[in-house]
Amino acid sequence: MSEYRIKGETGDWEVVIGLEVHAQVVSKSKLFSGSATAFGAEPNSQVSLVDAAMPGMLPVLNKECIRQAVRTGMAINAPINKWSRFDRKNYFYADLPQGYQISQLYHPLVGEGEIEVSLDEKNPEAVKTIGIERIHVEQDAGKLMHDQHPTMSYVDLNRSGVALMEIVSKPDMRSPAEAGAYLRKLRTILRYVGSCDGNMEEGSMRADVNVSVRKPGAEFGTRTETKNVNSVRFVMAVVEQEARRQIDLIEDGGTVVQETRLYDPDRNETRSMRSKEDAHDYRYFPDPDLLPLELDEAFLAECRASLPELPDAKRARYEGPLGLSAYNANALTAEVETAMAFEELLASVAKASGKGEADVAKRVANWLLSERAGVLSANNVLASDPKNSLEANTALVVAAESGAISGSKAKEIFALYLTGDIDLAKEIEANQQTSDTGAIEAAIAKILADNADKVEQYKGGKEALFGFFVGQTMKAMQGKANPGVVNELLKKALG
Amino acid sequence: MTDVTELGVAAIREGVAKGDFTAVEVAEAFNANVAAAQQALNAFIVPTPEKAVEAAQAVDAARAAGKPLGKMAGVPIGMKDLFATRGIQTTAASHILEGFKPEYESTVSQKLWDAGAGMLGKLNLDQFAMGSSNETSYFGNVISPWRRNDGGNAALAPGGSSGGSSAAVAARLAPAATGTDTGGSIRQPAAFTGISGIKPTYGRCSRWGVVAFASSLDQAGPMARDVRDCAIMLEAMAGFDPKDSTSLDLPVPDWEAALSGDLTGKKVGIPREYRLDGMDEEVAKSWDQGIAWLKDAGAEIVEISLPHTKYALPTYYIIAPAEASSNLARYDGVRYGLRDLPDGAGLQDMYAATRAAGFGPEVKRRILIGTYVLSAGFYDAYYTQAQKVRALISRDFKEAWAHCDVILAPTTPSASFALGEKSADPLEMYLNDVFSVPASLAGLPAMSVPAGLNAEGLPLGLQIIGKPFDEQGVLNAGLAIESRAQFSAKPEKWW
Repeated sequence: MSEYRIKGETGDWEVVIGLEVHAQVVSKSKLFSGSATAFGAEPNSQVSLVDAAMPGMLPVLNKECIRQAVRTGMAINAPINKWSRFDRKNYFYADLPQGYQISQLYHPLVGEGEIEVSLDEKNPEAVKTIGIERIHVEQDAGKLMHDQHPTMSYVDLNRSGVALMEIVSKPDMRSPAEAGAYLRKLRTILRYVGSCDGNMEEGSMRADVNVSVRKPGAEFGTRTETKNVNSVRFVMAVVEQEARRQIDLIEDGGTVVQETRLYDPDRNETRSMRSKEDAHDYRYFPDPDLLPLELDEAFLAECRASLPELPDAKRARYEGPLGLSAYNANALTAEVETAMAFEELLASVAKASGKGEADVAKRVANWLLSERAGVLSANNVLASDPKNSLEANTALVVAAESGAISGSKAKEIFALYLTGDIDLAKEIEANQQTSDTGAIEAAIAKILADNADKVEQYKGGKEALFGFFVGQTMKAMQGKANPGVVNELLKKALG
Repeated sequence: MTDVTELGVAAIREGVAKGDFTAVEVAEAFNANVAAAQQALNAFIVPTPEKAVEAAQAVDAARAAGKPLGKMAGVPIGMKDLFATRGIQTTAASHILEGFKPEYESTVSQKLWDAGAGMLGKLNLDQFAMGSSNETSYFGNVISPWRRNDGGNAALAPGGSSGGSSAAVAARLAPAATGTDTGGSIRQPAAFTGISGIKPTYGRCSRWGVVAFASSLDQAGPMARDVRDCAIMLEAMAGFDPKDSTSLDLPVPDWEAALSGDLTGKKVGIPREYRLDGMDEEVAKSWDQGIAWLKDAGAEIVEISLPHTKYALPTYYIIAPAEASSNLARYDGVRYGLRDLPDGAGLQDMYAATRAAGFGPEVKRRILIGTYVLSAGFYDAYYTQAQKVRALISRDFKEAWAHCDVILAPTTPSASFALGEKSADPLEMYLNDVFSVPASLAGLPAMSVPAGLNAEGLPLGLQIIGKPFDEQGVLNAGLAIESRAQFSAKPEKWW
């Protein structure tokens, strides 16, 4: 794996990247109030007295949010701090009713962890471990709407007080691709754990991108922080743009200033938001409205027990005991829904065919990843279509697995079934392929007799004609001949 | 017929229960006193005579129907305007909350209404409870009903911040009132006006719905004519509240039933460090008298040491403003209360204009102090250091409890002073809290009971500080003093 270098006038540069990911915790209610958290509700319809910071209102911790953050910490192999505390981060803004955000600066909930990212799909050896500094829990702010009125801004507090996990990486990434791979992998883990839905379009996950540049081997350079970047693609673009900007700046004799920047996707550039000079002094101090958070063993044990099999473990199991290719194992585990669908169909097929899961895993994987996926997209049918049921898929894969129908026949039948009104069981029955060697031999004998010239050519070395004979035989058998048997008999007949 | 306004909580409750008079008669009598004194004393920001009558009618109806009556049935009280009261203006004596009518009721006030109490009105106080003389209210000074016996008519301070409460109870405008105590705001005004008041252990009374000053110190409590009335009312106010994370999850004892002035077997600690150089002679004398009374009640007197006492005041004036600077950030003109939006102003201008107009000078001073001690570069030297000293002050008390059951000390370094006398020098004003602040920092129950009059004819109070959760010990020692002091002086009616 070659190292990522950026060419400058003064030579090669290395980029250093750290990400602070804000992930919205999946929970019914907010971090310190009972308000709902659903996305897309009417503005200000999910705001309690606490969220609106009415006089005398007090925060009460929602333990479910803590549970989710603890499970997330466990999923990245990080120690959980049994004693943590909430601090107030003080600043004024219209989307922050309390005038402070309740966060965890001094004593975060989760300590150092790490995740392994894959840098090349086709090369399972190309992995890198990215360190995670900490995870802490904090409140989200509300939302300002500037497009509702010509001279006024509106405030929607639905998001105010929703629980976020801030997942702070170490400055361990060295290329846009690594940053992208880290963010994708983190998203996958969060979705497996179920602690964040990872929906970047809805803002459930956003990243602050810290970028600096240096000559390889030199000390870290001054970093900038580009706020609230909401897609993997944009994160990669920010790294690229920001590294380029910093290199050009330095090479022109300037210096990088530590500042907060914004990314403009339309122009694909970052812009200064505020510099360190007018940076806020957040005056963090422990929130006196809340007691320190103390977790006991029983709670931690429950969190640990509730963790599902995580993507790395799943991939290893798919490649090892199930014998799938690295490529397929990767593809099946990248999204938790895919893995779940695979395991469901695998169990169902194994049961229906009376075979072990390892014996049918390859066929199930191929069916899901290529055959079925192809049929669905060719016919514009959504995966969520009720006809794309576990029963239908099981019947088709079992029939193909047993050799009753061919793989291509299974696809044909599936397409007919999805788009038309056929009885699946009858259709499979009607398309049973034959392994009746007598019938196939008869067909072959006739084809060879009718095409004596081609037989000569084949025997003269034109082996590509073998496919022609297979095709003719299958045609004569109306597609119902077992292709394995056809091959075998043809080879024998052609000597 | 008896003048019911001369009666306290217990006597009114019994009279109503027995049918000596109706609750409505009581409410109307106090309503009349409130109205007659409003001009001269300014104890109430908003009188609510209809609320008092309404609650009284409910009690009379319940009695007529033979239903059980609550602990405070038929007792009209004054409500410090720091408690949110549904539909009734709640201001914390500030301009910034002028006109604010909450849609919610504080836990403590709700408990009192549930116990059968009625509301005579919202009592004046120092703005956001910041002050020791009730001179910082946006709605004008409260004038003490007491006058010096020198024939002069100097307007005296009723103490602060619960100055409306103390003045109202002393002047017979209410048999009892709620107070809140952050650094002495129940005890000091009680001492200045010859009444009793107890600040319970931190966490006994819910802070939910009480406008926050300094969250780690704020604690509500009753102010009344005598110790028994305080016990009754505290029982009605106290109790675990899941809406306040710092609320104590403990049952509320039956303090009234267990009242006993017999201190046989009890040890009373006299802290050496409270005997200040240049201490007011009459205060020293009253303290000695208190020691003699408690000895007479059977207690053993022991000298104790609280070595970090001299650091309590500076510690308090770091921690309380620090928390206040953050707690008051929510008053920003965005969602409720005052909004000052100059022509063409942006968000920052609106904040500045609103807060400049909405907060009084003392509140601004404390916000500035608090912001300063939390700011980068000063945090460790001030806030962190103050937290360490606070822990040492708590430890002093913990060590003292090995030698004694309660501590006796003066409540204030002097009797009431004339309005304007100390308001020019904030430091001199802050010194008023020198004896009351240590118990606040340690979260301990502490009460003030009247001990007698000084040469000027003004009341002096004695303070009893108890172990955590031992309100009973405090009340009992208070009762022992009360029964020996036989304090019956009351301000001569001049209004």
